[in-house]
Amino acid sequence: MKANKKTIGLLIYFGLIALPIYWMLNMSLRTNASILGSFVLFPFDATLRNYIKIFTDASWYMGYVNSMIYVTINVLISLSVALPAAYAFSRYRFLGDKHVFFWLLTNRMAPVAVFALPFFQLYSTLGLLDTHLAVALAHCLFNVPLAVWILEGFMSGVPKEIDETAFIDGYSFPRFFVTIFIPLIRAGVGVTAFFCFMFSWVELLLARTLTVTNAKPIGAIMTRTISATGLDYGLLSAAGILTIVPGALVIWFVRNHLAKGFALGRV
Amino acid sequence: MEKWENNKAWFLILPVFIIVAFSSIIPLMTVVNYSIQDIWGPGQSVFVGTEWFREMLANKRLHDALWRQFLFSGLVLLIEMPLGILIALAMPKKGWKVSACLVIIALPLLIPWNTIGTIWIIFTRPDIGLFGAAINNLGIAFDHTARPLDAWITLMLMEVWHWTPLVTLLAYAGLRAIPEVYYQAAKIDGASAWATFRYIQLPKMRGVLTIAVLLRFMDSFLIYAEPFVLTGGGPGNSTTFLSIYLVKIALLQFDLGPGGAFSLIYFLIVLLFSYLFYQVLQRAGKGEKV
Repeated sequence: MKANKKTIGLLIYFGLIALPIYWMLNMSLRTNASILGSFVLFPFDATLRNYIKIFTDASWYMGYVNSMIYVTINVLISLSVALPAAYAFSRYRFLGDKHVFFWLLTNRMAPVAVFALPFFQLYSTLGLLDTHLAVALAHCLFNVPLAVWILEGFMSGVPKEIDETAFIDGYSFPRFFVTIFIPLIRAGVGVTAFFCFMFSWVELLLARTLTVTNAKPIGAIMTRTISATGLDYGLLSAAGILTIVPGALVIWFVRNHLAKGFALGRV
Repeated sequence: MEKWENNKAWFLILPVFIIVAFSSIIPLMTVVNYSIQDIWGPGQSVFVGTEWFREMLANKRLHDALWRQFLFSGLVLLIEMPLGILIALAMPKKGWKVSACLVIIALPLLIPWNTIGTIWIIFTRPDIGLFGAAINNLGIAFDHTARPLDAWITLMLMEVWHWTPLVTLLAYAGLRAIPEVYYQAAKIDGASAWATFRYIQLPKMRGVLTIAVLLRFMDSFLIYAEPFVLTGGGPGNSTTFLSIYLVKIALLQFDLGPGGAFSLIYFLIVLLFSYLFYQVLQRAGKGEKV
């Protein structure tokens, strides 16, 4: 009896989670005239017109391409610099290690709005404004510390004897690191890549500030639609649904690490 | 694990150091630079000392935004913590249902923040939104674009919808770490469900819940994209939080001096909390009671 009450409560909660998303899905399948003309709970006049428009109009679909490009660059940069650093933090004691670690964490918690203006100035001075690299580098502000922290957690779970044995066997450090150590923590690398992907994908403020047209992310294109008069709700909803898809797809792969990753990830 | 002592490890963290310095120290120094000068054109500036800081600290709108921010973060904690724990307690303990629940619960966390705002605009609009239309049909006027209270209610609903899953995930991780023998002992003692919760589960979850409280506080304190999309800070200034106000000053009005001073004040407040957070985490990591 008690278990049933719990299940019912959970199902209601899941319903509440799904309801707003369902509503956007509903809107995305209807034309703007239909949305404004009649209020229906189910899209009887469903059409894929909004999705077709997004996939055929370069000013829309390039937004997804741009987001994908800078997110990918960001994940690659974050992982490649964070892997050796996380190894150092997990294996060695050195001058100022704790302070550097704390300093990294403060960047994870920095108000992004604080950095918007100086980033704008810095990247325009360097001529990087409106490039994918600018956004990718800017997102390193919070993703590199995040990557270091998550990887350090996974690396500390690997016994040090493995390193010692490999060095006795005559492995050089780079060879040991790439051929033995990284494969050992590949789950950790996957989880880290996932969270870097996520936080770069969901961020809007920096991406919007640092781009004008060539590297404009989908989020900025969507907000622009909102400020325009007579906005197209159907199109906006379709664009929104498409931004949810990548996260919804990859979530399955990390479901067993979700809780741990989020505990560390939002630091 | 005993660590090796070797200062050459610095070479391994050098790339991280350089890249974070590039995206953190240089911009921060730029902000410091702005905050102590009056800049009215390229190469034209004058040193003004602490004038901008005094101006910003006395700025009524900054005070308003700050109190609004604390109120928002406080409400977020009051609602999301109990709700998140309650949901975690109701979750199944093993089997495929756990994975299914986790995936559904985590879904809102993975939606881009501006899409979150968009979802809630569409959901709560009085003419086309399911929620807005339903409330208006009940005879209650509801319009988040016109009435501050409605804007706040919408924002809180969105925030609770978006981030309660994080509390749930953390609380659930904490609950799973409690050994089964504790429950068996409670059962033998004939403890009620409330007593089990109060004297076993709650104390055992103290570590993760501390993390959850601090994370939720920090995140809600830095909120930008969702209210920016949903309300744009309005109606009036009723939902203008610190980040929104800062972006208004720094990027829209391009007031470099006041914007710089504001940035540093904001950053120092957050730094204070992150220090507290780090201390708590360090102690939690050593297995001491937090």
